[in-house]
Amino acid sequence: MTDEPLLRVTALSKYYGSRIGCEDISFDLWPGEVLAIVGESGSGKTTLLNCLSTRLLPTSGTASYRMRDNQWRDLYRMSEAERRFLMRTDWGFVHQNPADGLRMTVSAGANVGERLMAIGDRHYGNIRATAVDWLGRVEIDEERIDDEPRAFSGGMRQRLQIARNLVTGPRLVFMDEPTGGLDVSVQARLLDLLRGLVTDLGLAAIVVTHDLAVARLLSQRMMVMKDGHVVEAGLTDRVLDDPRAPYTQLLVSSILQV
Amino acid sequence: MATPLIVSEVAKAFTMHLRDGIRLPVVANVSFSVRAGECAVLGGPSGAGKSSILKMVYGNYGVDQGQIIVDHHGQLVDLATANPRTVLSVRRDTIGYVSQFLRTVPRVSALDVVAEPLVARGTDRKQAQERAAELLDRLNLPERLWSLPPATFSGGEQQRVNIARGFITDHPVLLLDEPTASLDATNREVVISLIEEKKLKGVALLGIFHDADVREAVADRIVDVTEFAAGKAAA
Ligand SMILES: Nc1ncnc2c1ncn2[C@@H]1O[C@H](COP(=O)(O)OP(=O)(O)OP(=O)(O)O)[C@@H](O)[C@H]1O
Ligand SMILES: Nc1ncnc2c1ncn2[C@@H]1O[C@H](COP(=O)(O)OP(=O)(O)OP(=O)(O)O)[C@@H](O)[C@H]1O
Ligand SMILES: [Mg+2]
Ligand SMILES: [Mg+2]
Repeated sequence: MTDEPLLRVTALSKYYGSRIGCEDISFDLWPGEVLAIVGESGSGKTTLLNCLSTRLLPTSGTASYRMRDNQWRDLYRMSEAERRFLMRTDWGFVHQNPADGLRMTVSAGANVGERLMAIGDRHYGNIRATAVDWLGRVEIDEERIDDEPRAFSGGMRQRLQIARNLVTGPRLVFMDEPTGGLDVSVQARLLDLLRGLVTDLGLAAIVVTHDLAVARLLSQRMMVMKDGHVVEAGLTDRVLDDPRAPYTQLLVSSILQV
Repeated sequence: MATPLIVSEVAKAFTMHLRDGIRLPVVANVSFSVRAGECAVLGGPSGAGKSSILKMVYGNYGVDQGQIIVDHHGQLVDLATANPRTVLSVRRDTIGYVSQFLRTVPRVSALDVVAEPLVARGTDRKQAQERAAELLDRLNLPERLWSLPPATFSGGEQQRVNIARGFITDHPVLLLDEPTASLDATNREVVISLIEEKKLKGVALLGIFHDADVREAVADRIVDVTEFAAGKAAA
């Protein structure tokens, strides 16, 4: 373990005109740490995640990222080329809707292989072998490698999206409601899979979810958002077992058991 | 003798915002320490705050006032104010906890549930599983169950998995919340001897035991939690 964080976020705010998206968010994320962001609809979770992943530019505040060479870079002052490179290699982004993160009209194998080619792998045999390996890791039968994701179930598509993101060995993965649109039983399987992968690969992740059970299972730390602000943050089990903010108490009490 | 855990003037109340913000004081002025090689037992009636104290020591409940000092890698850390990352590090290396109920994780086998704390500390998975198997065997968990996720196990079987998971590491401080509650006499005896072995190794144990036989067998000292009743301190 390093003694330096991977990501440092300071006073980050995003306004849509006069409407608050998220306001004054600060935290550090360490390597291998999973942070869950929970809160009701419209509380600013996606806005924050998109700012952090540079898909959206904040109105004010800074976010610095420690590159593989241990150099700190200000995310909002990078060149477009550098940012794209980060997004393709060192980061992953898992969308709630797999169609947003996959290419639906190319094969499953190509979906996984594409990210490898983006970082310069040109050897077809290697790429295919790695794709097969990753399909296996996300429990997709090798026989389906030439099928397009259009022919996959929702759960399979989501697992494929995960494989596509993890194949380059990213250090940080952003996830927006990764289990969102799925049946409960499919969710459980995906969650187990994600949990295993995150632990085995030592990934750092920021996971947006409205499901406290997902936060409990995947994350060590969590932030609770309401109206664009963080109302409570801390160790996941502390926040869930001894919630202090009125809104967190409401959130925890409104579900059966987590 | 070393004193790896010192609790000093700790207070805890719950504020129930959904019930008009009523404040439920639980304990105040909690002060005691646990030496290496001894087992201190928290005593007192149901609702006195015994589990709450253990949970504060584990960082699972917040602390309103006071200090919880633990010797972590030779440095003194105050868990009442430590950041999440420090608490996680203390849990990995210094403070172990056997909760009253196992929180099951789907699809992870009993053997891996038990081995996990060792793996988290860098032990090779195979070796950790061997150690896990030894413990499960000692606790008489039928071998056919080892490869299954504990979600469908009986209460006593789950609790034995939980105990094995708590005892597998050599954490210098071990917290036990009624570890023997759902066990039969044979397995209670196993737990008693496991606790004895921890003491001999110089582990500081802090436990809650409703069962009088177990308590008498393991307790070096009773810490009476009713003395920390929040109302009493305020009066
Ligand atoms: N492009 C936009 N233009 C204007 N307002 C926006 C825009 N995107 C989001 N908002 C507003 O910002 C606030 C935060 O939205 P955001 O999408 O971050 O919420 P969320 O927490 O992700 O909600 P959900 O759980 O429903 O996905 C909301 O009030 C939303 O209406
Ligand atoms: N998370 C919580 N939120 C609100 N109140 C709580 C919470 N945890 C405990 N309490 C309350 O604190 C008091 C002490 O509970 P605690 O579980 O510590 O008692 P205990 O001494 O362990 O009792 P038992 O012997 O029955 O296990 C009880 O009134 C309980 O309802
Ligand atoms: Mg959203
Ligand atoms: Mg209790």
